[in-house]
Amino acid sequence: MNHNLITTAVIVLGSMIMASFITNPNDSVPTGYKAGDKASDFKLKNINDQFVSLTDYKTAKGFIVVFTCNHCPYAIAYEDRIEELDKKYAPKGYPVIAINPNDAASYPDDSFENMKVRAKQKGFTFPYLYDETQATAKTYGAQRTPHIYLLQKSGSDLIVKYVGAIDDNSQDAKAVKVKYLENAVDELLSGKDVSSKETKAIGCSIKWKKA
Amino acid sequence: MKYLLVLSLFLSSVFSFAQNVPYITFEQLEKIIYKQDDTLRIVNFWATWCKPCIEELPEFERINAEYKNQKVKVILVSMDFKSKIDIQLKPYIQKNNIQSPVFVLDQTDANVWINAVSKEWSGSIPATIFTLQSKQLSFREGKYSYEELKQKIQSIIQP
Repeated sequence: MNHNLITTAVIVLGSMIMASFITNPNDSVPTGYKAGDKASDFKLKNINDQFVSLTDYKTAKGFIVVFTCNHCPYAIAYEDRIEELDKKYAPKGYPVIAINPNDAASYPDDSFENMKVRAKQKGFTFPYLYDETQATAKTYGAQRTPHIYLLQKSGSDLIVKYVGAIDDNSQDAKAVKVKYLENAVDELLSGKDVSSKETKAIGCSIKWKKA
Repeated sequence: MKYLLVLSLFLSSVFSFAQNVPYITFEQLEKIIYKQDDTLRIVNFWATWCKPCIEELPEFERINAEYKNQKVKVILVSMDFKSKIDIQLKPYIQKNNIQSPVFVLDQTDANVWINAVSKEWSGSIPATIFTLQSKQLSFREGKYSYEELKQKIQSIIQP
């Protein structure tokens, strides 16, 4: 009798403690990675049905992680630029890793099958991964699409070096004046620290699964 | 000939009932929303392509109508792409008979003005601020219900 009571109490107390660590992903208080933080790896399904982790990339110097999706007009406006980033920086050691974190139930355009279609249409040369549980988006603190996390390897760690926007003009690629992300990668490639570590951009909110 | 004239006048007057949707810079927007007067302004950043924005828009319209004769104004700031103003935004406004004033924010380098709206803002929409007497009273990133808007307004104008 006593044993069962203690077990129950432990379970209840444990759950309460665990619950206090789970924050509502819909809060607008910014949490998630900032420059200087250690980033965690993940194991997510790619559009070729294989799983991808950052540790798979033995010779990479770092990664351009971008949370993006199919439906958001801002993400769409950046598709070509994201592809160009991969073409430019993958050979230099910074491949693009795209992750779709959205709930396909409420946004069917962002389903895994539609990811395959879009990638084929646009000729993506980078992995387009499906964050089905949305755990990676939550861990990174992604808040919109597109949202960039530039990572650099440091020993066995992945350090966040830059978070935010790709450039200063979502709507018109030809009218871009400041290429925030490229500047950051170029600085890393020349052994410098990133001078502008965080920027913001308009984007679609991440479509969290309903509880 | 006269018939044509009358017809074209009639048609142009019908189209002129549709809301004018001016482009404004961020500086111009700040002048509007931080005007030094006694009007409580509820400034909503939205776009026609943003599903949660469209879902909450009727609530803002309801508030705008309800407080028509009081010093409470809803201002809708559209993030729609310039290329979509005529083909998407204006038809949406017309079809839904949007009465609150709509402005299109015509300003590049969002990194600068997002933080000027609020340092808490990550840049996703919808986002809403309340302003009064040149001050920002609150910021929210995410949807508002009619009830929440009403409660907030009442707490400000009738504390």
